Order: sequence, then C-alpha cells, then structure tokens
Amino acid sequence: MISTFGLKMLCRAAAALLMVGTAFADTVSSFKLDNGMDVVVIEDHRTAVVVHMVWYKIGAADESPGHSGIAHFLEHLMFQGTKDVAPGDLSKMVAAQGGSDNAFTTQDYTAYFQRVASDRLDLVMKLESDRMHNLDLSQKNVDTELKVILDERNQRIDSDPGSLFTEQMGAAQYMNQPYGVPVIGWRHEMETLTRQDALDFYAANYAPNNAILVVAGDVKPDDVLALAQKYYGPIPPSDKIHSRVRPTEPPQLAERRLTMADQRVAQPYVVRSYLAPERNAGDQKEAAVLTMLAQLLGGNRSTSVMAKALEFGQKIATYTSAQYDGLSIDKTTFGLVVVPADGVSLDAAEKAMDAVVAKFIKDGVDPAEFARIKAQVSAKQVYDRDNTQGLAHQYGMALASGLSVKDVQDWPGLLQAVTPEEVIAEAKTELDRKHAVTGWLTTEEAAQ
Amino acid sequence: MKTKVLTLLAFLLLALPAMAGIKIEEVTSPGGIKAWLVENHDIPFTALSIQFKGGTSLDATGKRGAVNLMAALIEEGAGDLDSQGFAAARDAMAADFKFDSDQDGVSVSARFLTENRDKALDLLHLALTKPRFDAAAIERVRGQVLQNIAGNAKDPSAIAGDIVRNAAYGGHPYGTIGDGTADSVKALTRDDILAAYHGSMARDRIYVAAAGDISVADLGVLLDKLLGDLPATGAAQPADVDLAAKGGVVQKDFPGPQSSIVFYQAGVKFEDPDYIAATILNNIVGGNGFSSRLMEEVRGKRGLTYGVDSSLVSFDHAQILEGSLDTANDKAAEAIKVIRDVWADVAKNGVTQKELDDTKTYMTGAYPLRFDGNGHIAGILVGMQILGLPSTYPETRNAKVEAVTLADVNRVAAKLMAPEKLTFVVVGKADGVASSN
Repeated sequence: MISTFGLKMLCRAAAALLMVGTAFADTVSSFKLDNGMDVVVIEDHRTAVVVHMVWYKIGAADESPGHSGIAHFLEHLMFQGTKDVAPGDLSKMVAAQGGSDNAFTTQDYTAYFQRVASDRLDLVMKLESDRMHNLDLSQKNVDTELKVILDERNQRIDSDPGSLFTEQMGAAQYMNQPYGVPVIGWRHEMETLTRQDALDFYAANYAPNNAILVVAGDVKPDDVLALAQKYYGPIPPSDKIHSRVRPTEPPQLAERRLTMADQRVAQPYVVRSYLAPERNAGDQKEAAVLTMLAQLLGGNRSTSVMAKALEFGQKIATYTSAQYDGLSIDKTTFGLVVVPADGVSLDAAEKAMDAVVAKFIKDGVDPAEFARIKAQVSAKQVYDRDNTQGLAHQYGMALASGLSVKDVQDWPGLLQAVTPEEVIAEAKTELDRKHAVTGWLTTEEAAQ
Repeated sequence: MKTKVLTLLAFLLLALPAMAGIKIEEVTSPGGIKAWLVENHDIPFTALSIQFKGGTSLDATGKRGAVNLMAALIEEGAGDLDSQGFAAARDAMAADFKFDSDQDGVSVSARFLTENRDKALDLLHLALTKPRFDAAAIERVRGQVLQNIAGNAKDPSAIAGDIVRNAAYGGHPYGTIGDGTADSVKALTRDDILAAYHGSMARDRIYVAAAGDISVADLGVLLDKLLGDLPATGAAQPADVDLAAKGGVVQKDFPGPQSSIVFYQAGVKFEDPDYIAATILNNIVGGNGFSSRLMEEVRGKRGLTYGVDSSLVSFDHAQILEGSLDTANDKAAEAIKVIRDVWADVAKNGVTQKELDDTKTYMTGAYPLRFDGNGHIAGILVGMQILGLPSTYPETRNAKVEAVTLADVNRVAAKLMAPEKLTFVVVGKADGVASSN
C-alpha cells in the first residue's frame, strides 16, 4: 500500500487520531509549584535522555482581532535573546551538548522543548526559565524574524494549494470562534506585527501560573521538583492571567460549500468538516465515541467502512480517511476526506461518501472491526511507552488543552467502554450537514 | 551579557556524556542467518528491522517502478488471505508491519506484542514468502502510485529532485526516481512484479536487527522460521557511479510565490578515512540545525528563508553533498549568492577552532541520544551492518570524532568544498535567476 499521500486536515496542528493516554500511571508524577506552575514528570530509565518541555496555555485563538500570527511570531522571538543570553545562543548551547530544541504554536497553546542527555537537565531548565521572564528583543532582530515568518507562510501555506484550501475551510467552519483564523496569521496582518505587539503579548501571557512543565526520561520526580523550584520557583506569578473565555459558536443552521481551483493541484479531493464537541475535563465520553466513530469510518486503509466501500468495493476512490482529534479548548471538527479515482467526479465521490455513511448508520457497527480497533487501542498503551518524547507530548497537549493527568489516564478506558450503539447514535446526531462545510479542491482545468 | 554565556559554556564542557549502556549481541540462527539484538524486557514488545540490499536500483531494464510497486503490494494479501483479510489478521493482534523501498533497499519493519509474537511472525512470514499480488490489489495500488507520480509532477521540490538525479547520475539507476514514470508503471505486469520480488528479496542481501522483549535463543528460532525459506540469491547489484556536478544553475519555471532550490556537489565515501572530518565539516556548514553557517547567514542575518540545510549522504553506490531551501522569488538570487559565498569562504579559510569544538560536543553528545527506544535501536543496528561497522562501533565512535583536528577539517574543506562545481537547481519563477550554459 502506498501511504505517502499526505492530506492536511483543518486548521489545527496535525495530531494522531487515537490520542491515547497511558495507563501506566506509576511512571507519571505531578506537582504544582507555589507560583502556580504545573509540573508533570514521566519516568523512563532505559536511556540516559531527557525531554524538557514548557507549555504555555496561550495560543493563536487568544490573539486580539487584527493581530493574527502574534502568538507564533512571539514563539520565534523567544529565541532572540534575553538579558543574559545572546540571540540564537540558547539553541547553540543546547546543540553544543548534542541536544536538540524547537518550539511550536497551535490555536490553544505554545510549547518549547529541548531533548538532551539526562545530566544536562539543569542547563535547559536554566535557559528556559530565563526566557520566561527576561526576554530582551532588539528592533533589528524583530525585523529579520518578521521576514522569516512571512517566508514560513510562503513555504507552508502560499506554496501549497492544499494548505490554502484548509485555511479557507477553517474560516468557513467557524462563524464566531477564533479557530477560523490561521495559526500563522493572515499575511496582511502578519506584515503589520511589531516589536511592541510581541512584548505586550509576552507580558500578558508568559508567566509560571500560565505554564506547564513536562519532563520525561531518565529522571527522578524529586530531583525534577527540586530543579523546578530552583529555576522556575522564584519567578513571580502574574495577576493578569485569567481563564480563557473566548467567543463561542452560535447554532450553525446552514450548510456551507466551497470550491477552490488552483493550477498547482495534482489530485482533486472532497473534504467534509462537521463542527464537533471536544474533550473536556471530567467529561470526555462523547469525544471517546467520536474517536471510535472516526476509526470505524476511516481509520484503517484496508478495513474501515469508507476504504472497504469506496476503495475496495466501488473502486471510485484512491484514498479515504475520517479524522477527529478531541484535544481542543473549544469546539473542534470531525472530518471526512475522499480522493476520487481517475475519471470520477468530485460530485460522484461526495455522493458516494454520503451514501456510505448513511448505510453505516443503517447497518450498524461491524463487531470484528470494532474488536480490532479496541485491540489496537490497548496495544498502543504498550507501544507508546517506547516513545518517551511522544508521551511527554501527549501529557503536555492534554494539560494545555484544559485536561488533567487523570483525564489523560482515563482516556484509554473510556475508548474501551464505547459501545456500538453509542457510535451509531453519535453518528446520527453529529454528522449533520447543517453544521458542516463541504469543500472541493480541484484543478483549474476541471473547474472550467 | 556575554560573560554569563561563556561561564555557562565552560561549565558544560566539563561533563562529557557517557555512551548509553547499549549492549549489542550478535546472533546467528541455527540455520545460519545473522542478526544483531539489543535485549530489553521493560516493555512487552519487540521491534524488528530487516533490509534487503538493492531496492529500486534492481529494476530490470524497461521495468522502472517494479520494485516500488512490488514492495507496496507485499501487505496486500498473502497465502489464503486477500488484502483485507491480511489487514484484519494483522490488526486483530495489533501488530505493525511496514514495507518500503528506496534506491538502496527494500525494508521491512515490524513490531509485535510479546503475547502475540508467534502469530505475528507466522503472518509476516506469509507476507514475505507467499505474497499473492492479486490483480485487484495490483490495480488499486498502481492507481495510488500513479497519483503519487502525478503529485510529484506538481511539487517543486520533487521536480528539483528529479533534475538533480538526472544530472548527477545519468544512466545509472540512481538517475531516475524509483517510483517510475506514469508510462512505465502503467506497463508493469504481474510477471514483472513477481520478477522484482524474486530479484530483490533473497537471503544473500539481508540485514536483520531486533530490539526489545526477546532473548537470543528466541530470536534465533524466529530468524529461521521467518527468513529460512527465502531464495538464496537474487538479482545482481548495480555498479558504483561517479557523481557529475558541473557548477552553474539549472532553472525551471513553476507557479507560486516561492522557488524550491537544491544545490549539490560530489560527497565523500563512507570508507574514506576523512569521512568523519567531512561529517564534522558538513555539520558546521549546514547540518547542525539553527547553529550552522548557512542558517546563520541565510536565515539569521538576512531572513531569506525559513530554513536551509546541507547533508553529506553516502548511498551504497554514490556520494553527494547536497542542500536545499525554499525562498521567495525575489530573494532567490541573493540566497544563492550567500550560499556560494559560504562555500567559497569555507573552502578558502576553513572553519574555526570554536566551530570544531562546538560541533564535536554536539556530535558526541547527540550520538547516545539516538538509541532511545526499541524501534529506533533496531533501525540503527541494521544501518550499522549495511555500512560494515562492527557491533562494538558505538563504544569507539565518539573517540573517532574527538580525534579529528582543526588541520584535518580544514584540509578536507579545501579538498571537498568545490564552489565552482556547486550546482544549483531552481524550480520557480525566481527573479534574475536563469539557467547557465
């Protein structure tokens, strides 16, 4: 099977579909510092490596109108020096130890991480805690970095019709929630971002009581806590941090449809994106059902409902997928994708996709496929332990999205508990085109 | 401001990382199949990595794409299981099998829970020895391959890669992409796929490694069961090829705000005594993330790109030093000039002692961090065997890096870095950039 066909779904950072937490809770410890900073430690003593991450509970969806891209711009500027560390030196110091570092921004959070030998944790914590409160930006470096993020937009979005289309889909999906604005920003607003905008965003949001520290690898929880108290402990909490209350969606009553044509498109496809509920603290049941629904409809390249019917049966598609990621502060999306076979129109592909979903709701869940998915959910808990950085990422994302350590650890059990009846009931209510956007991405030739 | 930074660095240089406690065992099965193993019983699963040397470079004349299509079809039905039956059997025990191919090999990577080990290996054995290559599966996967080929034709970096391959390797199998062309893939028959299977998956070209919850004795039994009845020999391996790099620019129009740029020149053989010095040099020039010369000059100082890198690649039959970046069309000419200047400067003036020292600490510090997790370890162990390294190499590798002197690196820089041969391939409507004669 050829699996290189990469389709990016809607506006959020890509994430694995089964975002399963670990049930091996004995390896996970959590604390809270006096200044309000959360600390999570995940132990894995097989190799002398540690991953150190700081997650700020601030993302693109928290930007003020007209300043799209400022969260991501600040993420770049966080590498441009502090009172004590020269621009670019943080990465150099980590690299000089054989480590790697990077950062990323999504709608809901901004995270910074380093991966180093476990006896270098002291250094990276010192550097990361320093830039939490000592950022020192020169106008020249801000000007240069603005060019870099505009080039990043060129490379990631403007040069890729699929990414441009995803932006348009997101903007149509969200009528009021800020998720409709792309994380990287709209170009015309990015061009106007200033040093002062970045410093204001930093002052308002970067503080220990708005951050989560995740340390994973060959470390002991007590040692991590002692280091965290030494480096992060003295940073005073900010009184400007308040819980994130953003504009929310009104009832969506009308189906929306988009068609975009671009001469650079090689392969047309149809995407359906339904507004969908997200995982909430202590309330993840519905998201678990939707996760299983996505797996059943389009999680497997050979045996999912859509693959069986459209790729193997009718042979009208070369790729199908169903996608749902419940990790989100506000309402998220449930997506279906069909790439038609040569000679099959997007209209025919979309009708076939809808017919398959309708038939699934009528016929019910294939018990053998359901059992296989549950076996994989269970095995994933074993396989995930081989990837400590991945585990750190799972906890960081969940906690930065408003969930607790317990929510992460409850998640595999909630997936196992989902019943076929719940899946069908959820499909009936949630897969409603009134709150969906349907998009066709097509070549210019086909559109004419 | 600078004092504190220096203090930090001085403190850090004191502590050199120790090599992780990786113990590689060399295993020979009762039937004579060799493998390397790192045992670790902390997590109840095993990662297995197998490489058949040759890959898409073994395509017969006129059959370009046969090995690629074949490798994609191995998991599409075997024995009495059709494609979906095979997937269902695999997924019911939550095993993962991945089959892939590139210009130097067909690779198989698998992971399976200890509780399902025997069943998982029976199924993998079925795929390796009795693939069905059903007509329906061939047509479906052929369609996927053809869509990939169509996609690459509209992807500027893929177009640049094609131009580089053609120019650098000419008529050698490396000169074209292993996917094949739309025409060659459409013409492939089931017999062509069977021939590719028999030619590329034989015991005389196999490298195996395992990591995780399995003992030496159990691995020996597993190797014979899994691989013992594969054919003894396969198709002849291709010859080595000298890379051609004439210098200058090859420009091809492509719509969009950016140009995709690839630049390349001849590399260094892995067996060359200067290979480690050349690797250090490449890390300084463009290999070492945010800290490289290219990143500093092209991104850091001028904001001409989001990212630029270079890599020293030693394939089985050729060596290349190449780099890439995407840049706005109105900045491409300046970016090319800056890269040429970096190349010429390093060739003429070499690098600094500080750059060498920083890169050594980076390389020696990073090396043990690679061995994290069973999946990574199995892959690394196969790679080491293909390169002909001893299983004790992880214990000596950092000392080899430490032994390189500034004189070594600068001698290699003068010899290796060839500004006049550095060839740029530019795909996009870059302002003021045109193909040279």
